[in-house]
Amino acid sequence: MTCPLPLAQYPRVLLAHGGGGRLMQQLIEKMFHAAFGNTDAHDAAVLDIPQSKLAMTTDSYVVRPLFFSGGDIGTLAVNGTVNDLAMAGAKPLYLSASFILEEGLEMETLWRVTQAMRAAAGAAGVKIVTGDTKVVERGHGDGLFINTAGIGVIEHGFSIAPDQVKAGDAVLLNGDIGRHGMAVMARRENLNFESDIKSDTMQLSETVQELLAAGVRVRCLRDATRGGLAAVLNEIASAAKLQIDIDDATIPVDPAVKSACEILGLDPLHVANEGRFVAFVSAEDAPLALEIMNRHTPQKNAARIGTVTQGSKGRVTLATAIGGRRILDMPSGELLPRIC
Amino acid sequence: MKYLDEYRDADTARKYAAAIGDITTKPWTIMEVCGGQTHAIVRFGIEDLLPEKINLVHGPGCPVCVTPVEMVDKAIVIAALPEVIFCSFGDMLRVPGTKSDLLSVRAAGGDVRIVYSPLDAVAMARKNPEKQVVFFAVGFETTAPANAMAVHLAKTEGVQNFSVLVSHVLVPPAMESILSSPQNKVQGFLAAGHVCTVMGYKEYAPIVQKYKVPVVVTGFEPLDILQGLYMCIRQLEKGRAAVENQYSRAVQESGNMPAQELISKVFRVIPRKWRGIGEIPQSGWGLTAEYAAFDAEKRFDIAHAAREEPTECISGLVLLGQKKPAQCPAFGKTCTPEHPLGATMVSGEGACAAYYRYRKGEAA
Repeated sequence: MTCPLPLAQYPRVLLAHGGGGRLMQQLIEKMFHAAFGNTDAHDAAVLDIPQSKLAMTTDSYVVRPLFFSGGDIGTLAVNGTVNDLAMAGAKPLYLSASFILEEGLEMETLWRVTQAMRAAAGAAGVKIVTGDTKVVERGHGDGLFINTAGIGVIEHGFSIAPDQVKAGDAVLLNGDIGRHGMAVMARRENLNFESDIKSDTMQLSETVQELLAAGVRVRCLRDATRGGLAAVLNEIASAAKLQIDIDDATIPVDPAVKSACEILGLDPLHVANEGRFVAFVSAEDAPLALEIMNRHTPQKNAARIGTVTQGSKGRVTLATAIGGRRILDMPSGELLPRIC
Repeated sequence: MKYLDEYRDADTARKYAAAIGDITTKPWTIMEVCGGQTHAIVRFGIEDLLPEKINLVHGPGCPVCVTPVEMVDKAIVIAALPEVIFCSFGDMLRVPGTKSDLLSVRAAGGDVRIVYSPLDAVAMARKNPEKQVVFFAVGFETTAPANAMAVHLAKTEGVQNFSVLVSHVLVPPAMESILSSPQNKVQGFLAAGHVCTVMGYKEYAPIVQKYKVPVVVTGFEPLDILQGLYMCIRQLEKGRAAVENQYSRAVQESGNMPAQELISKVFRVIPRKWRGIGEIPQSGWGLTAEYAAFDAEKRFDIAHAAREEPTECISGLVLLGQKKPAQCPAFGKTCTPEHPLGATMVSGEGACAAYYRYRKGEAA
């Protein structure tokens, strides 16, 4: 599929594509409406929402490179916001999509990104109903930034939040960690690993909806994005004022990700994911929950990685591979490869 | 994973730990020299498996930690120059200089880039002939062959816009400095395996003879470290002092000869300042006259003002094995990985950062 005329007359984004005139109108109609199927051209979308509790979230997406193994910025922009809604136990319905384009961006690139967004929205069962476009001068953006906001409905009766977590709860992970961060780093830094590491980006909404429909007593959900698994566990331990004990040997890590992390001196527990989440569920529901998670994770390696205990408030401990135990701390800032 | 999981096997680890327990009758203080070993010890909780009589102290072998503050300040001045692309290994970027760090220089518009090999920096110089490309050549003997190769390549290929800011240090003089201190507590060493892949281990023989301490060349995986400790404690218990090689899958006695030849062509031994410790004679490398044209310190006009390190920071004593991180009054309070007072809190290999990350909240 290629970029449609008349956009093809403009192989690159011009400042005029954000200027409010004919070019911008063409871009919206031929690019965005064609991909997302909008009909109304009003200032705001009018939505039909069944009477219930709503969840709303927003996130901005900046990633370099725009395309990487297993995904791209458009897929992330849809899945990321869908997943944030899913983590609140909401069924995602509608997204907005705002684009900040850098003058000179290849129109073909924008086309590929919007098509990827269309596919991701379709897979997650959400509609992209409104949006915005701005163009910034060349050199003032990184090609393309996307912001999406999302609205979802909450159809179940219970609260899904850190304060619901109880001592004795099982800590579940829906699949192996570290793929996304390493896929992006490999592409950005031109690191050629023997085997291709693909981003794990995927929508988590179906998994969560199925967990809830099956009656699994879900206490808290959190996707393990920036900061990785270590950050998520620390956030929830602090908010729940409980201790979380994790067993390193049970955390699935793909051998290629493990090798890449070893070479660069990074800890897979600190590396970002885009299709992985931690679920705190009552211990008796853990086997059923894992079965459901494995139906949706292509690698089928969901695992119970630990247990919530009274212990000391906000602490996360990790049983090491050789039988020691240590604190699993929050990663601090930017991941920097070690010297040797 | 091949050659990784084998060295992290829980059953074998327990067997080694039991064997260490069996032969240990007296208290011993053993220093692992390399920051990579410190990192593995805390990351895998190795101390949990050892008898209480065994006290592990953490050595000066973290290149990021011992790079002196004035060298970081020089790097910051060079990196901020508009004509410069400044290349560094990742973890040098967060090391605090007197007032700033390289991450802040980058945020303020300096062109600071992370590279994975100094040869990438030479390639960058070729690609950007209008720029000055400077590589921050820090590290021990381990990183020296690649750094020497980069300079050699730039010279033979005439890449004139490439230079290196050299802050290379050497392991054996640091070990001697520790042993000759009146406050020394170290009774045995796990020598740094990767340093020995380059240099071999002949140079430890005089140290062993003079100070009567066992030195065991040791790898970096949990089982390497446990086996290295076993070999070291066995010597201590028998009253022996010899150089032994645990890391025989990677280290030969004479080391990597072609690498050593290149190093001795590009570098010469000079006195070097160590952060937190001070100057140690004959403890580092600088460029030889043949390659002096590639010295960033000569190419750029940089101030040579002596810098003071924060007085609260005891990183020097930590690096000498005389104190543990948690014995520092600033540890975890005014000094954290987000706001490090000393470099031992910065690098993942630094003892303070490793303790903070993995053992925070525990008693010293």
